[in-house]
Parts: sequence; C-alpha cells; structure tokens
Amino acid sequence: MILAQVQIHNRAGDDSCVADNGFCPNWIWDNFDRYVDPFWGHVYLTVVAVAIGFAISFALALVAYRRRWLIGPIVNVTAILYTVPSVAAFFLLLPVTGRGTTTALIALVAYTLLILFRNTLAGLDNVPDEAKDAGRGMGLTNRQLLWRVELPLAVPEIVAGLRVAATSTVGLATLAFFAGAGGLGEQIFADINFKSNVVTAGGLCVLLAVALDVGFLLIQRAVTPWSRA
Amino acid sequence: MKAATLEFKEATKVYAGATEPAVDHLSLEVPAGEICVLVGPSGCGKTTAMRMVNRMIEITDGDILLDGRSVTERRPAELRREIGYAIQQVGLFPHMTVAANVATVPRLLGWDKRRIATRVDELLELVSLDPSQTRDRYPSQLSGGQRQRVGVARALAVDPPLMLMDEPFGAIDPINRERLQNEFLRLQAEIRKTVVFVTHDIDEAIKMGDRIAVMQKGGRLAQYAPPSELLSSPANAFVEDFVGADRGLKRLSLERVRDIDLWRAPLVRDGEQPPDGDYDLDYPLVVDEAGRPLRWLSGSRAEPRIELDDVLRDALSEMLEEETQYAPVVDERGVVAGVLSIEIIGHSLAQP
Repeated sequence: MILAQVQIHNRAGDDSCVADNGFCPNWIWDNFDRYVDPFWGHVYLTVVAVAIGFAISFALALVAYRRRWLIGPIVNVTAILYTVPSVAAFFLLLPVTGRGTTTALIALVAYTLLILFRNTLAGLDNVPDEAKDAGRGMGLTNRQLLWRVELPLAVPEIVAGLRVAATSTVGLATLAFFAGAGGLGEQIFADINFKSNVVTAGGLCVLLAVALDVGFLLIQRAVTPWSRA
Repeated sequence: MKAATLEFKEATKVYAGATEPAVDHLSLEVPAGEICVLVGPSGCGKTTAMRMVNRMIEITDGDILLDGRSVTERRPAELRREIGYAIQQVGLFPHMTVAANVATVPRLLGWDKRRIATRVDELLELVSLDPSQTRDRYPSQLSGGQRQRVGVARALAVDPPLMLMDEPFGAIDPINRERLQNEFLRLQAEIRKTVVFVTHDIDEAIKMGDRIAVMQKGGRLAQYAPPSELLSSPANAFVEDFVGADRGLKRLSLERVRDIDLWRAPLVRDGEQPPDGDYDLDYPLVVDEAGRPLRWLSGSRAEPRIELDDVLRDALSEMLEEETQYAPVVDERGVVAGVLSIEIIGHSLAQP
C-alpha cells in the first residue's frame, strides 16, 4: 500500500495541486486510465456476487415457500452471516480459500443472502390468496401457479431486494482488496489522503451503485406494466 | 359442451383433528342445466360442499359423481379445467390483462392463438363488456361489477358443463348485484349450464335457484326443494326460520303477473257507452284508439301500470304505494291485457 502511494505521487510530476493532495481535474483527466481496470474489477465483483447470491436465495425461497418450517433456520443462518463484520469475514476466509477473488465473492455473496431471501419470500407471500385460489380452481398445477402467477406477482419485491443488495454490495466490495481481490477500494486506500484519487475512485463507486439501481428499476418497470396501470 | 348432471352421494368431509364433520352425508342430485343453490348460515358447510366437487377439498367419505363418474377418479388439475370456477373475491390475476385472464384455461388446454382471441371477444360480449374497451386493461382499471363479469367470462371460457360459483355477486353493491343477477339469469337461459351456486342470502337463493339446498350447522342438509316448495312447505323449524317470517311475501317474487289469471274489466273508448256483459270488475276502464289505458271511467287515475313480466311482489308494492285495489296490466306494446287486484294476489298465495 505504501508503495502504491509513492507511485501515484511520483507519476504526478511537479504539479503543485497534486503535491498538496488537492482536487486536480487535470491530474484526473491525465490519469483516468489507472481507474478503468479497478472499475471493471469492481463491476465484476458486484455483479457476480449479486447473481450468485440471488440464485442461492431464490432457490432457498422457493423451497421454504412450500416448506414453511425451513424459514426460521434459513433466516437465522443468513442473519448471522449478515452480522459478521465484512473485514473480519475476509480475514476469516483467508486461511481457507486464500487471497483472491473467490474469497471476496464468498463473503460478498453471504451478505446478499438475507435481504434477497426475505424479499423473495415476502413477494411470494404477498400474492393475493384469491388469485391463488382462482388459479388452483381453474386447474393450474402448483408449478404452473408458481411460474405464471406467484413469481410474476412477486417481481416488485424481488427487484426491491436486488436493488438494496446491489447497492450495498458495491459498498462492501470496496473492502474486497483486503482479500486481494482488487476493485476500486484498492485505489481509494492506495492514497487515501489524495483528494483527486479518493473523489475519482469513490465517484465511480457511487456511479456504479446508481447505475445498477436505475438499471434494476428500469427492468422492473419493463416487466411489470400492470403495477403502473 | 352440454351440461352435466351432478350427484352428491353421502358426501362427507371431516377435517383432520375435528370431531364434527364439516359436511355430513350430503346427498342430492342436480339435473343437467339447472342452478342448484347451496344456502345456509356461515359455518354450515356450503362452501366446503361446493369445493369438494372440483376437489379443492377432498371428501373423506361418500362420493361425488359428475355425469355418473366419480370425481375422485380424476386428476384434480384436469378435472378443474372442465369445471367453471367463480369466487366472491373474483381472484383475477392482477398482472394479466382482461384478455389473458379470460384465456387462462384455454391456454392450459393448448388452444391456438387465433381461437383464443376469438373466444375471448365472444365471452366479453356475452357478459356485456365491450371487447375493444376492456380486452387490454388490467383488473385494477376495472370497476367491481366489471371485474365480476370478467370473472364469470373466465369461468365460462372453455364452455364447461358445470359451473361452481361461490357468492359470485357477494361483494357488489345492491343495485349492481341485482343487475348482475338478472344478467346471469338471462345468460343461463341461453347457455343452460349446470350450476352450483353458494350464497348466504336466502333472497338471492330464491331468485337464482331452480333448486335450493338449505344447509344447517354441522353440514347437514335441511331441505332440498324448488324455491316455491321451500317457501310453501318448509321441512322443519330451522328452514322456516331461515327463509324468514316474510316467506309469504317472498313467494310473491317467484310468480310473474303473466302467469296468473287476470280480471277482465269493461273497456270503453272516450265518450262511448260501457259495453254490457259479465265482467270480473264493474269499473269500466277508458282506453285510447290503440287500446292503451287512459283512466278509470269514474275519473280516477289508472295507475300504476303493471307489466306482464313484473313479479307479483313488485306489482303489489306499486299498488300499495298508489293506495289502490286495482291496477291495469299492459303488455309490451302498452295495450291493456287485464286488471290485477289485491284479491287475485291473495288467491295466488292460497294455491300451493
């Protein structure tokens, strides 16, 4: 980390703004390439973590929806995972999975489970009983009812969960460099006193969070025209 | 598809852990094309009895035969696709358009797109909705009455031989309920389905039912009879109490003016002498050229005008309002068809 700090200053040359650790648009303009790879690394960590987390939570929610007794144990376990401080989680995993992306992803996925599981289940539980009764009474099998009625009606809650999970994962992924997984966090902590650096890397984090949030919102609006009718 | 016969044979439901049965050895037969109303106070097992037919609730003893074949031999999902199903809360799918809702069962049965589209429009027209106006709307954009109509259209989608209707008009305001009831009766006159109709409202039961099954607590059948018989000779004190102290008046709503022998009164045109002859009523009625009533010859108003299709209850009510003993009855063209008197109404009640 110390090395990286030295490196940024050295490359900055004799600009006084940079020497004062200030906010220097020129420096940012000239040095923007150094943020591109960490940004895509960050996108990768976030998207893959949310995707895996969603796949797991979605499957768990479907199982628990029919077997209600599983809800308690699943919520308890995912809640415990959620309460482990993130930095501690990275360090706990290091001896098991070593430094690298895998370790970071395991921890990031673990954090998404609670919110995604709870929202998916809440979405399914909020489907009106009379719609389920009518569906069953017209001869939909349980599977048809799930895919044609229950899940489409649960989409708003499921997407709400994805939005929270995505934005919080963007934040948590800034700590992924503790596990050696790179990302924008590595850039921020490389020179945390240098305003230009922190603003650029931090700004990209915010931009990513907003982009994911808006993206999910747009997807939701596209697939639930009925909710605005 | 033509209507089916439905037979409950000692059908019984005892819920796990319950000591009392919810439905207790229910036996009754619904002939093809008739409306059988299950009526009774809450907790009498009427909804349970209805839901046993399409196996939404499984019978624990006895049997239910649809066209002579036990429903327990059928796979539930397949059985249900052949039975129309309409419930009080309608249960339209909020995320589907009206057209997609109505198309639910045709899609399950794999109809092709064009056939489905044609059928949807046909059904919407059948329930008095304008297809081009409603087809692409979502349920939240409809009024309560429109939703009920879509629910009925959806239940009729594949022309099922049997319809189950659980308080289908229960959540509607009284004025619209009456309209929907009348519409359904008109529709039923056309489509002639076998219908099991559940309600807690005895007036609705009398209006809708060809036969009424009155159920009492413990899921027991108290009486199964056509409405007129139920009102004229209740089987026990429970039924008598349930149909109400005004069952005499209720019988009046079963009969139409058209169905009883009206009195004849002398008809005169303006300025002419009353004709001689034997009449039931001695007060001549003045009519115009076309035979439409103008006034009584005595000068009093010839009101109210009763129509042949009015039920006796409405006719009596109108006469009481006008404080009159006699009223002219007119046909569709407004021409005098006879005279209705309070006395005739009294007589019609005396006959069983």
